[in-house]
Amino acid sequence: MKTVGIDAKGMHYTPLNQKIRAAVADGAEEIILDNVLGQRFIGDGLRGNVRIIINGVPGGDLGMFMSGPTCIIHGNAEHAPGNTMDSGMLVIHGSAGDAVAHSMRGGKVFVKNNIGYRGGIHMKQYEVDARPILVIGGTAHSFLGEYMAGGLVLVLGIGKEKAMTDRGIGSGIHGGEIVIRGEVDDYLLGVGAKKFEFTEADLERIAPIIKSFCEQFGYDPAEFLDTNYTRIGPASSRPFASKYVWE
Amino acid sequence: MTLGSVPPKFKVSIDRDQCMDCGRCIENCSYGVYRREGDKILIESRKCTACLRCVAMCPRDAIDITEKPIDYRPHPVWTREAREDIINQARSGKIILSGMGNAKDLPIIYDRLLLDACQVTNPSIDPLREPMELRTYIGKKPSKIKFRKTESGDVELETKLAPNLKLDTPIMIGHMSFGAISLNSQLSMAKAVAETGTFMGTGEGGLHKKLYPYQDHMIVQVASGRFGVNIDYLERGAAIEIKIGQGAKPGIGGHLPGEKVNEEVSKTRMIPFGSDAISPAPHHDIYSIEDLVQLIRSLKEATEWKKPIFVKIAAVHNVASIAAGIARSSADAVVIDGFRGGTGAAPKVFRDNVGIPIEVAIASVDQKLREQGVRNEISIIASGGIRNSADLAKSIALGADSIYIGTAALVALGCRVCGNCYRNLCPWGIATQRPDLVSRLDPEVGAMQVSNLIHGWTLELSELMGAAGINSIESLRGNRDRLRGYMLDEGMLKILDVLPAGA
Repeated sequence: MKTVGIDAKGMHYTPLNQKIRAAVADGAEEIILDNVLGQRFIGDGLRGNVRIIINGVPGGDLGMFMSGPTCIIHGNAEHAPGNTMDSGMLVIHGSAGDAVAHSMRGGKVFVKNNIGYRGGIHMKQYEVDARPILVIGGTAHSFLGEYMAGGLVLVLGIGKEKAMTDRGIGSGIHGGEIVIRGEVDDYLLGVGAKKFEFTEADLERIAPIIKSFCEQFGYDPAEFLDTNYTRIGPASSRPFASKYVWE
Repeated sequence: MTLGSVPPKFKVSIDRDQCMDCGRCIENCSYGVYRREGDKILIESRKCTACLRCVAMCPRDAIDITEKPIDYRPHPVWTREAREDIINQARSGKIILSGMGNAKDLPIIYDRLLLDACQVTNPSIDPLREPMELRTYIGKKPSKIKFRKTESGDVELETKLAPNLKLDTPIMIGHMSFGAISLNSQLSMAKAVAETGTFMGTGEGGLHKKLYPYQDHMIVQVASGRFGVNIDYLERGAAIEIKIGQGAKPGIGGHLPGEKVNEEVSKTRMIPFGSDAISPAPHHDIYSIEDLVQLIRSLKEATEWKKPIFVKIAAVHNVASIAAGIARSSADAVVIDGFRGGTGAAPKVFRDNVGIPIEVAIASVDQKLREQGVRNEISIIASGGIRNSADLAKSIALGADSIYIGTAALVALGCRVCGNCYRNLCPWGIATQRPDLVSRLDPEVGAMQVSNLIHGWTLELSELMGAAGINSIESLRGNRDRLRGYMLDEGMLKILDVLPAGA
């Protein structure tokens, strides 16, 4: 495997991304970025199957418009990792800020700990192979999966008494699903979101995702496969159809 | 049914002496006004929208359409519209949606601005003989340029220039998405802008494969729904526009109903077939001017700083300060959409009441940017109700670099401004996805009509400039001395920075 190391210490994001692109063009299969500290847009619009190891704390919009690569982040991530991402994977060994996986159309974002507000907002799905997945090990703040149009948001609530305690879950949701470990109080649901029964078939469907998440972070998947989940989806696929009348 | 029905808006009649019974009216009316029963063509006037398709296609001029055949008791306050809106909402309890731009009878400032011409003391210029420089560059301009001498003694430009769009005429076509309008409409306009050396916007509907041959003339849009946006789309566009707001509905999002999301629209937007496409009111990754900077830079970074980035905002009360913020945000152009801007569908209360006229918005933005010494940092593109070359010339004299047209380009394709764009029944094949209707619009013919319009306006602009003794568009831009206000109040003249006629 061809590995390239880049020391990002004190480097602006534009030259850093130029180095990453050059390494990918040169056939690198793995790129190790050391001393990353707040550089935004890492992997922005990047294509290919490269694996990028990020040591440090990347800045906002990590993996934005990304199409293919895998980024392993040994640290926290800032605002909107996975923003409008097309395909590929982000594995964050820490927590992340607001708008994680905003408008993501495909690929996976795994966050070991917690995320901020509006996680998975306006995530959308096109075909079966373009199904975005956001998995949160800890918990999320308000407006999780707001305006969601497709894909899956999974909250495991590891180490929490309740996986979700913030309000506005799935407000305006019109496609996709939000699966939360344990019970979710009714008052936490946003306008247009509805609870559905979580069936054995559902568990079977999400089991590979749980296993993949556990594999990344070294958890035993057994305890997540033998527990209750709450499934939240749209009350209607056309939440605003009844709001308007024509002139 | 205590409310009963309201009077029909139009009355359709056929002159039976003229009619040759060819049935073209029946074939052409997608609203179902005409039907044949036995040997007679029957008329259901209530369904008429005055799109005039039947009138245009009748070989004998046998059709007559009159407005308001039965009117209400006249009243200056309780207009027909006021009464009918109440009846509609008393029935439904819902928000009223409407199509096309602001339909209120408010004074149009363009019509109260007059252009100048030379007489005796400075000669006018004849465009027939003298070249007229209409070439316009959209994007950042350096505040100063540095040169260096090479060893061979040549002079080289040292300053690194930002990418600009090169326009042969300062007329572009604004963003109307595939979904809101048909592919044949987009194709017609794309061919026209490629031929006339200018650009058009894709709208937030993605870029259909059939438009790839014209991608060097397309500005791709990134709006709050991010429909059709991926790295491939961003790289194809000649420029990228972030849509923050729209003049027809400032402050709110958009909503393409599932009925209009057919196979092709679904593929191009990358959303499931038949699903609603909802664009939220704000971009949820932009909650501040700092976040806007981040989105602009993310787009530049993704496309390796090769594309100009535009930011489109609706003209609202604080438009000048907002534009000044955008000028400092790494954006290359700000698009201002005035309150007369068109739309496929918008809540009527927004369309008719929110926002400000484009004329004052151009003037105040240009003024503010000049005061702050950042006018060169950003180009100004004006849109929203620009109807002819005079509006174009006045927009540039008020301070715009270029304009976007929307409705005008659709009228060149056949649109008669009936305002029923949201019904997917457009008999002109424009605001519809119904294959039989779309096929009525031949992209080759459409392209010729739109490019004719752009040519016509360009010729008129050259003549207007020549008459004013100006041979370069640069000398007209922001040249408010060549405008005079007619019947405008003092406050308005001050905002426009224009003298009254006679002064």
